[in-house]
Amino acid sequence: MSDHMTQPAVGAMADPAARLALTSGFEATPGATKPDAILRVDNIVRQFGGMTAVDVQHLEVQRGLITALIGPNGAGKTTFFNLITGFDKPTTAGKGAHWEFDGRTIDKTSASSVARSGMVRTFQLTKALSAMTVIDNMMLGAQDQAGENLFKSMFRGTWGKQEKENEAKADELLARFKLLEKKHDYAGSLSGGQRKLLEMARALMSDPKMIMLDEPMAGVNPALTQSLLGHIQNLRDEGMTVLFVEHDMHVVRHISDWVAVMAEGRLVAEGSADTVMSDPAVIDAYLGAHHDTDLGDDALLTDEALEELAEEVAAEDAVRQAEEEAEGPK
Amino acid sequence: MDTIQFILNGMMREALSPQTAAVAIAVIGLNIHFGFTGLLNMGQSGFMLLGAYGFAISIWHGLPMIVGVLFGFGAAFIFALVLGAPTLKLRGDYLAIVTISAAEIIRYVGRSALLVDFTGSAQGIPGSQYRTPFANLSFFGSGQFTLIPFNYTDVADGAAWVRIIGWLVAIAVIVLIVLRFRSGGAFRGIAQAAGMVGLLVFGLLLLFFLFPVPQQSTGVNGWWVRFVAWILVAVSTLVVYLLVRSPWGRLLRGIREDEDAVRSLGKNVFSIKMQALIIGGLFGALGGIVYVLPASVQPDSMGRSLTFFCYTALLLGGAATIFGPVLGSVLFFAARIGIKYTAAAYVPDSIMNNQQTEQFSYIVVGVALMLIVIFRPQGILGNKRELRFNV
Repeated sequence: MSDHMTQPAVGAMADPAARLALTSGFEATPGATKPDAILRVDNIVRQFGGMTAVDVQHLEVQRGLITALIGPNGAGKTTFFNLITGFDKPTTAGKGAHWEFDGRTIDKTSASSVARSGMVRTFQLTKALSAMTVIDNMMLGAQDQAGENLFKSMFRGTWGKQEKENEAKADELLARFKLLEKKHDYAGSLSGGQRKLLEMARALMSDPKMIMLDEPMAGVNPALTQSLLGHIQNLRDEGMTVLFVEHDMHVVRHISDWVAVMAEGRLVAEGSADTVMSDPAVIDAYLGAHHDTDLGDDALLTDEALEELAEEVAAEDAVRQAEEEAEGPK
Repeated sequence: MDTIQFILNGMMREALSPQTAAVAIAVIGLNIHFGFTGLLNMGQSGFMLLGAYGFAISIWHGLPMIVGVLFGFGAAFIFALVLGAPTLKLRGDYLAIVTISAAEIIRYVGRSALLVDFTGSAQGIPGSQYRTPFANLSFFGSGQFTLIPFNYTDVADGAAWVRIIGWLVAIAVIVLIVLRFRSGGAFRGIAQAAGMVGLLVFGLLLLFFLFPVPQQSTGVNGWWVRFVAWILVAVSTLVVYLLVRSPWGRLLRGIREDEDAVRSLGKNVFSIKMQALIIGGLFGALGGIVYVLPASVQPDSMGRSLTFFCYTALLLGGAATIFGPVLGSVLFFAARIGIKYTAAAYVPDSIMNNQQTEQFSYIVVGVALMLIVIFRPQGILGNKRELRFNV
């Protein structure tokens, strides 16, 4: 494994042409069947009381690609994540809910077994273990540690060597995520962005086949966002499958090979970033007519732009009012 | 001077007593639960009582001592399984509720007249029924001795200045030890470790020199029980040290911080919490066995208050530290006797009589627990960055 870490192996999907070949040749409809899917999800429903948070009929995630799961707030993205990683149970459990990862059915598997099978996740609210040091955080991520057995743990001889190997691996990952100088600091002393990096590095300690990132870019400054995006691309280029949740389309646009859009718990569109962004269903459900306008752009603050916006808002109001009047009082 | 000497001797006797050692072992177990894993076990006295019953009842009914010890451990093991299975998947509060009530159930079952042939009901089991096999193991012979044959009365006839200088040196040594502990690297490197061990040995010898405690060699409550009890404390401390420095110990601390994060890394959190509950409970049972050796099995002596004494000792010494439980137990019991004797010696009977000084000492204990939690949540040896009192 250490060979793999020292010389990042170049996966087949580092080649854009290979990715394009994989993502074309089938119709990009919601729930499309795709070649070489690593994760297949069927008929997964989760209700909270009367509210249906997730209702996904079919979704496939392809091996070796970066797939983005986007959608507005409350679309059920995180709930969907929790379901497939075993942190939540679907309401339809036993009634046709089925999902498999890398050919292995995992719909009744506990969260820890899902992680052991090679699908490791991170959390939207970072779960860095703040009263432990950075290196202890990292070491927790390593799999199959002999020293985690209660009886062996008392005898260093049974786990000392493995511990050294794991630590060397952790050092490499920390260096890659620029956290090495923080190795012996408590994770609680890291900044929010560094905690995101630590969580990602910790997940990589287990050499996952697929990494699931829940809003890795939330609350991170633009420079660090760039670096995070770079890390995600590197993971893909090394042959890992990445599925990540994001609600900012502009962040997703540059790096994702495939985008799945969720709204109100359902899968409304799939396709490459550009196709999805021009899909009327997506614009309607999520992006809005002004999705191309960067709200941080000064151009928006010019008088003409503001007037134009005000006119549009007034026009929309008028239309809505007319509709309400047409429907009549209830 | 003599009153002070009397009070300090009393504190020394209490600090050395086998029951202090017994509680220290139970606190070592509680430290695994609460300090390292974050399990809020409010029924450590239940584990102790089960250990004591398993031990005493077996021997009372003619089984060999080793079988008694195994029965004590077995009872605690099953108790941990039964308590843990339904609660460890839930939030931490549920374990607290279940353990406190389960410990009370054990105590009430012990008190019940139905089981008088086994538990002796509320009267308990007299020590004479189960103590003999243990006392027979003694190789200390008979007679009485003090721990080191040389004490302050041998210098200038025990003049006041000898003692005062001795006490000042003792305080200086204690402060030095505490400071070196808190600096972190107390045992890092051979020179450091040797210096530390030297200081500890010197401090102990000085204490025995200043406060000689004579005891019977064997007897009901003599040096033999103390010797075994403190050896067991040392062994328990060593075992916990070996456990928590390992990757297994790292898992415990991870679970204490955030279970879901540990779960997302592919670890079976339930199983590890169960292991921690069982290991800590076994230490509790061992503590219970030691607790009843010099006394008798009294269900009411191992009730809720004992659990809270354990928590006070743990928080005083420092949760999630190796030596905190031992230090905390010794200080806690010594300080309580110190308060009691001081109040008895200096407060006139018209204000507070002997019975009231006993109660007063417990009130002070309660206030002390509150003050620790507010002003020094990490205890004497703890690292504030690693653990606050945050349940």
